[in-house]
Amino acid sequence: MSTHADVPVTENYGTSPKTLSAYIIGLFLSLLLTVIAFLLVGKHMLSNSSLYIAVSILAVIQFCVQSLCFLRLNAGPEGRWNLYPFMFAVFVVFVVIGGSLWIMYNLNYNMMAH
Amino acid sequence: MNPTLQQILFGNLTLNAIPYHNAIVMGTGVVVGFITLLILGAITYFKQWTYLWKEWLTSIDHKKIGIMYIILAFIMLLRGFSDAVMMRLQQMMAYGPHQGYLPPEHYQQIFSAHGVIMIFFMAMPFMFGLINIALPLQIGARDVAFPYLNSLSLWLTVVGAGLVMISLFVGDFSGAGWLAYPPFSEISYSPTVGVDYYIWALQISGVGSLISGVNFLVTILKMRCPGMTLMKMPIFAWTALCTMILVILAFPVLTVTLAMLLFDRFFGMHFFTSHFGGNPMMYINMIWIWGHPEVYILILPAFGVFSEVVATFCKKRLFGYATMVGATLVITILSFVVWLHHFFTMGAGADVNAFFGIMTMIIAIPTGVKIFNWLFTMHEGRITFANPMLWTIGFIMTFTIGGMTGVLMSVPAADFEVHNSLFLVAHFHNVIIGGVVFGYLAGLIYWFPKMFGFKLNEKLGNCAFLCWIIGFYVAFMPLYALGLMGATRRLNHYTDVAWHPYFVVAGIGVGIIALGIAFQVLQLIVSFKDREKNRDITGDAWENGRTLEWSTASPPPFYNFAFLPEVDSRDAYWEMKQRGLKPETRPYEDIHMPHNTGAGFIIAMCGGVFCFGMIWHIFWMVGLGLLGIFATAIGRTFNHHTDYYVPAAEVERIEREIANRRRV
Amino acid sequence: MSTHDHHHSSDAMDVFGFWIYIMSDCVLFAAIFAAYAVLHNKTYGGLGIGQLASLPYVFVETMALLASSFTYGMAILAMYKNNKTKVLFWLGVTFLFGLSFVSMEVKEFIHMYFEGHGWQTSAAMSAFYTLVGTHGFHVSMGLLWMLTLIVQLSMYGITPAMRRRLTYLGLFWAFLDIVWIFVFTIVYLMGVI
Repeated sequence: MSTHADVPVTENYGTSPKTLSAYIIGLFLSLLLTVIAFLLVGKHMLSNSSLYIAVSILAVIQFCVQSLCFLRLNAGPEGRWNLYPFMFAVFVVFVVIGGSLWIMYNLNYNMMAH
Repeated sequence: MNPTLQQILFGNLTLNAIPYHNAIVMGTGVVVGFITLLILGAITYFKQWTYLWKEWLTSIDHKKIGIMYIILAFIMLLRGFSDAVMMRLQQMMAYGPHQGYLPPEHYQQIFSAHGVIMIFFMAMPFMFGLINIALPLQIGARDVAFPYLNSLSLWLTVVGAGLVMISLFVGDFSGAGWLAYPPFSEISYSPTVGVDYYIWALQISGVGSLISGVNFLVTILKMRCPGMTLMKMPIFAWTALCTMILVILAFPVLTVTLAMLLFDRFFGMHFFTSHFGGNPMMYINMIWIWGHPEVYILILPAFGVFSEVVATFCKKRLFGYATMVGATLVITILSFVVWLHHFFTMGAGADVNAFFGIMTMIIAIPTGVKIFNWLFTMHEGRITFANPMLWTIGFIMTFTIGGMTGVLMSVPAADFEVHNSLFLVAHFHNVIIGGVVFGYLAGLIYWFPKMFGFKLNEKLGNCAFLCWIIGFYVAFMPLYALGLMGATRRLNHYTDVAWHPYFVVAGIGVGIIALGIAFQVLQLIVSFKDREKNRDITGDAWENGRTLEWSTASPPPFYNFAFLPEVDSRDAYWEMKQRGLKPETRPYEDIHMPHNTGAGFIIAMCGGVFCFGMIWHIFWMVGLGLLGIFATAIGRTFNHHTDYYVPAAEVERIEREIANRRRV
Repeated sequence: MSTHDHHHSSDAMDVFGFWIYIMSDCVLFAAIFAAYAVLHNKTYGGLGIGQLASLPYVFVETMALLASSFTYGMAILAMYKNNKTKVLFWLGVTFLFGLSFVSMEVKEFIHMYFEGHGWQTSAAMSAFYTLVGTHGFHVSMGLLWMLTLIVQLSMYGITPAMRRRLTYLGLFWAFLDIVWIFVFTIVYLMGVI
């Protein structure tokens, strides 16, 4: 009854194949993006508002890098099963954080001492 | 005893935790204790402990787990309803100079417990129970995706309910309402264990709910039988799917919010305190980010039940399948962007209030689409007014009224008049009773024959329905009037004696509902007595079943289907019947099934020990509970014999038995 | 339809289920981030994390975690090649990097606490300890899990069940590294700006 032999050794469960090159590229890019972010802030190389924007962008890029290189998310027919729930979760994340910020800012302005 | 030793052994727990001075609680304790001893004694006398453990406590069969969920829901309904009766009685008695029999500190525990129990330990278990019972059968599956986790979810919920019940006799319960708003729920204003019982009961059952969310989502997406595409599955499966999406994405917010409240109380943190930078409004914001999806979690499965019931008893295909699916999906997405309507009056600006007000109005639209689809299904159908259909018609009338009062309140300016009044209380009971309760009861009556092999007594069921619907209107219509007249919610006493008649009418209403519940208890007893007379021989209990669960025997064999069905249309069983049902001639095959396991039960019980220890600061108990959880969970991963194969010969034997029963 | 198909396709289903759990964990962290975003400047006159954090220290922590993500990937590649010894080696290295990360965090917490900047001093501190602490707690659970898998791998070798479990942990570990990107950016970098 054993079906062990049927499972391919490199079963990917809906992600792209994990390869050494993907991991190395991911490591290198993540390293680079992290170093840049820390340097920019540590040495205060830009104005405050520019720094906020810069580190945000760097974070989002690194997020994409790690999703692609480490998690191996993709939009293929099998990958979609993983990608769409992910997108919905990200939508909720934005609503929760963005909505809370908007609402609390509004409430704090109207209701807290100033 | 040495005080330090006492602290180590018992934490903050002392004999004073038992509410000796409270006659009502002590009286209840005597009765509950007596009934418990009676039940335990009976099990021992009839030597049923082994049976109980082997067949129920360790079961991973979705059908049995579903039944146990519904038993829990029914027991908790009785407890939550008793709270309601006590409140109505108090409000009938306490007007003008009369103070009634419940002082405020007691009254607030009652309304808090009432809300917590009804939502978390009646409605949620009832919902998971119905989905457990019906869903795998409807999609042609043998069980859910993760049967062991299914069992774990059930027992975590039971333990949560247990904690709430224990709080009645050991310590006290929260008096901060069903959502425990700070700063009142913080340690400085609620120094007793009540809020801690609340937090841990919800956290432990919340984990159970989240796990179930994942479980059913994967089941629906990955375990449908061959040919059943998403657009061919029953609408109940669609509503279950969307509900699970809501559970998975909303419950983590509840977990975080309650955890932060716990951290404030236990670690002295300052998330929601009124000083040191804390912000109680943030709690309200976060708890409702969960709270609004929660009410859709409750109602969507009820909508699914109605879709199944209407199609079956109108002997007609559901009208507008695609728009039903679309409406459900739209509701799912929109339910994440309306939550502020629960606190319009907290002081956000007009722009924020306007946005959420408009989104709230918009979300009413897809629900309207669903109502019209049900009505169009009924139009020119040949309607049988069986009991489930009565609940459905009652729902359509009642829920629509409740929905309209909701849309009234979605206008922020109007809401400023009625927020936190009895108008609000009437509205949500209107939609919860008219929508959720009626829907789940309809589902229970509808699927009861499938689970137990016999129908429930129709006459008594109709009496119950009449009492419930009349009782509901008599109990809650006065509350709409009272709210408009300015009555605030959650008060144990009202000064305006002119309101007294309204409260009397409301009290009578609750009495009528009590009669309805009595009829339901009677119905169970009588139906069990008459079960041979009402046997469902064919499996198609209502004779017009359209979906796959009706193709199985009543009750189905533990493996559900000897052969997984292959479908190519909606209303798959209806199609099979149209083409002519033929006896099975294929040779039977071995069926892969999971073993029963006590791991879920044990982990949950250890969880309960952990929670109780945290509540009373008994830290050796906390450690013990944690150890038990980890040891059992990790230990199970070393178990290589978690499933087995049912031999084909055994399958054949069972199938022959079923076929013979049908011939008789 | 063969009943056997359920057996090995159930692995894909199990991994999908774990992925969905990870989605719920995303929302969990989102809620904590939301609280942090709202409360991070409510320091009640006390110091904010910007004045308390050491960027070089956090950078080293970040490197440890990033390295551990990479070495876990190496473990997975060794798993594909059915090389049990290599898998155990890379898991061990990953464990050490992860342990370093957690140790550094604990050290930072203890230092801050005993300097008088505990979680009870303000809402901002409460939010900080909770956000960073929850992430650290997740990593610690991952480490415990990793130890369990190391033991089981030694005992049973690379069976289909072990492949599945290593996949779950891989998803979990990568997810934690992704969350950390946002933690170090929002808490430490933005705190210092």
